[in-house]
Amino acid sequence: MSKLIFEMSRPGRRAFELPETEIPQKSSAELFNSKSLRKSDARLPEVSELDVVRHFTELSNRNFGVDTGFYPLGSCTMKYNPKINEKVASFEGFTELHPHQPADSVQGALELMHDLETYLAEITGMDFISLQPSAGAQGEMAGLMVIKAYHDKRRDTARTKILCPDSAHGTNPASAAVAGFDIINVKSNDRGMVDVDELRKLSGEDTAGLMLTNPNTLGLFEKDILEIAEIIHDCGGLLYYDGANANAILGQTRPGDMGFDVVHLNLHKTFTTPHGGGGPGAGPIGVKERLHAFLPVPWIEKTGDKYEFNYDKPDSIGKVKSLYGNFLVLIRAYAYIRTMGKEGLKQVSENAVLNANYVLARLKDAYDVPFGDRCMHEFVISGEKQKEMGANTLGIAKRLLDYGYHPPTIYFPLIVKEAMMIEPTETESKETLDDFVDALLKINAEIEEDPEMVNTAPHTTVVRRLDEVHAARHPVLKYDFPE
Amino acid sequence: MHRYIPNTESEKKLMMEQIGIQSIDELFSSIPEEIRHGDGSILPPGMSEQELIVHMRELAMKNISAYDLKCFLGAGTYDHFIPTAVGALTSRSEFYTAYTPYQAEISQGVLQAIFEYQTMVCELTGMEAANASMYDGVSATAEACAIALVTARKRNKIIVSASILPETREVIKTYMNGRDVVLLEIPFKDGETDYDALEKTLDDNTVAVCIQSPNFFGIIEDMDRVGEMIKDAGAAMIVNTDLLSLGILKPPSEAGADFVVGDAQPLGNPMAFGGPHLGFFATSGKYIRKMPGRIVGETVDTEGEKGYVLTLQTREQHIRREKATSNICSNHALNALASTIYMSLVGKEGIKEVALRCANNARYTREMLIKTGKFSDLFGKPFFKEFAVKADTDIKILNEDLHKLGYIGGFNLEKKFPWLEGGWLVAVTEKRTKVEIDDFTRLAGDAV
Repeated sequence: MSKLIFEMSRPGRRAFELPETEIPQKSSAELFNSKSLRKSDARLPEVSELDVVRHFTELSNRNFGVDTGFYPLGSCTMKYNPKINEKVASFEGFTELHPHQPADSVQGALELMHDLETYLAEITGMDFISLQPSAGAQGEMAGLMVIKAYHDKRRDTARTKILCPDSAHGTNPASAAVAGFDIINVKSNDRGMVDVDELRKLSGEDTAGLMLTNPNTLGLFEKDILEIAEIIHDCGGLLYYDGANANAILGQTRPGDMGFDVVHLNLHKTFTTPHGGGGPGAGPIGVKERLHAFLPVPWIEKTGDKYEFNYDKPDSIGKVKSLYGNFLVLIRAYAYIRTMGKEGLKQVSENAVLNANYVLARLKDAYDVPFGDRCMHEFVISGEKQKEMGANTLGIAKRLLDYGYHPPTIYFPLIVKEAMMIEPTETESKETLDDFVDALLKINAEIEEDPEMVNTAPHTTVVRRLDEVHAARHPVLKYDFPE
Repeated sequence: MHRYIPNTESEKKLMMEQIGIQSIDELFSSIPEEIRHGDGSILPPGMSEQELIVHMRELAMKNISAYDLKCFLGAGTYDHFIPTAVGALTSRSEFYTAYTPYQAEISQGVLQAIFEYQTMVCELTGMEAANASMYDGVSATAEACAIALVTARKRNKIIVSASILPETREVIKTYMNGRDVVLLEIPFKDGETDYDALEKTLDDNTVAVCIQSPNFFGIIEDMDRVGEMIKDAGAAMIVNTDLLSLGILKPPSEAGADFVVGDAQPLGNPMAFGGPHLGFFATSGKYIRKMPGRIVGETVDTEGEKGYVLTLQTREQHIRREKATSNICSNHALNALASTIYMSLVGKEGIKEVALRCANNARYTREMLIKTGKFSDLFGKPFFKEFAVKADTDIKILNEDLHKLGYIGGFNLEKKFPWLEGGWLVAVTEKRTKVEIDDFTRLAGDAV
């Protein structure tokens, strides 16, 4: 166990110094009314710079990232995060910009954002992009608010329902609820696709829209998409595209061509911006022309050679976050698109899909494959057979840690029992995929021999299996300082 | 094949054999022919790393940043000094290329760092619990309104003071769109919340009151008075604040705050043209299980060793779907890590010193501006690191003039409050030296 930084604290030790100043310095008691002042110090640590450096270096050693090893994490697209993107995003000409500087002094930033909008519009087949949302979930919320504003503007106010497949990510129904909609779940059919007849029955005059991930979370392309779009559009609803799985379709097909009206992209998935241990990401949204007026403000507009922000958009849903978006994340995505180019992006989807199918082909005899032996960029296998032998999916996932892999997404989608959702991405080599498959096959053999060993994994990590139930029942959310 | 894709032609062949296909295109056969994308893409061709770096440098050079200019602009984003160790440590790729730490056994580094972050946020705010961070201070405030709303039965009025960052008000409005809520705004008087108006507006239908201190104008509000009124009305108190100010100022918990939120960008994160920053979110005990976002908790492993996990996940969207308390999924973990490292480096004494230096620098700047005879105090209230003055001039032109002379001038208040013509909101951090301030104030006086 690493000590907490607070436990390393020694009175009088420090890692920071202000420069001398000629400006007269007054104490806080002289500057402020005593009733505004704090009575006791906040117990931040007292440590040296080397203490801090060693501590956080040690913590980094207790952490797994894409640079550490393979991350076949379904629907998360944990591909390689190119180093050059980190470098260019750290240029002072970007990091040291104040968001309220005069437009003349930020033309490079605006040009980059404007061009990124153009590229993302092209990639998705949409007409306009807003880079503002911080993440996929915020993009969903913004996109659904755009849908709501569109119906409201047309005085079509009885449209209160959003349809969501039961295989959807949890954020879809959660975002729809936050945007003020009721949620209707649409069952998947036995092939893992939206049940078109069921959809026809559920849609109608109260339908505001349908949220869909395509390929869906089972890694299957909804091949009835044109019929689905027709059903929704015919009843007056709009189609929302969750871009979580956009890696599968880059250069192959576009949500705009499938009939979607609103799209969000996760730049931290498809466009290689690092996940940062949980964020920041970025979740731009794209819309078709008829929804343009409702996009968040400000818009970036180009007049002649000059770029500027325009806030004067009376039909806009307003702002969903401060300022203009996660700019440094946008820079990385821009750099990635410029690096890959048109041809490179197409190779991304080809190889992501090839890799996924290869892993699936090698695993299908040992593990249950509930939805056939073809997939897009990811696929779902079931650990039901292994469960009967005595080890569950959680055990398999934790055992993979012992082999040096981050496990797949597990127990999702909810419609598959003992689900393991595997997405290898295009940046992994065949030998990495082979080694990973070998590990899963070996674990299968281990379960036949000694399921308990798998159920009690991991055995080699810095801590053993952690008790999540205990953590939730008796929440300890901060350090308890000794008196 | 592109350099980020390792498959060779012969490997691709082997893989296709294993799958049982002749061409990769077969794998895309489920996409209807009429929506297959042709070759019409307008995307430019790919660039080598060498070309890209030149291109990106050109774009960066079209900006003139606070690296080249001296910044006296704040309005929610601040030009504070960031010790070198912050970037050195956050750029360790075990941190920045990691996924969300759901697999706790291989994510103890991020989890423990967040646990330390939560502790520091609680120390500064005086609250009982904090989450693992959110997108920004503005959306964290809106989330606090949302949580207050879902937990308050039968009440549906949220009161927002006009002295909070205007963007916060705008985003709260967006987030509340589609909910059964009445949003009311209390005007400001002499730069702080109109307390009498607030008292009159508070009633037994009020869910929550949202104030900011130091507020948008830099002024320290009368939190005790506001806290008492809110308590009397049985409403929740949401306070947006600057964590740095809490190095010396009284924690909002002492005024009875139920939620303390804000943007922690000033602690170790660059201005970055507005993002990514991070929102912090702290609350009193009774709201812990309603808190939005990720939370890290301490636990033990099967051998009794201490460790950390993401906890109370049953609040979250991936479990509760449409019944979740918020739709938020990610946190800004890497920015929270930067703030944690920053707070560790400045430490217990440094946070007070930085806060105090900002306050002293700001007072000196204000004094020197007034000395020019061209500026007068706009509100004359106690402030932290930012203050408003007034000049008989067009602030837009003043800022443009200063820009040419190497300075980023203050925020033009007329942009958000048309009746504050000539109002200039000036922020002064610990980075500004006496020479810079003397020069800036003199040039500003000359330019008016």
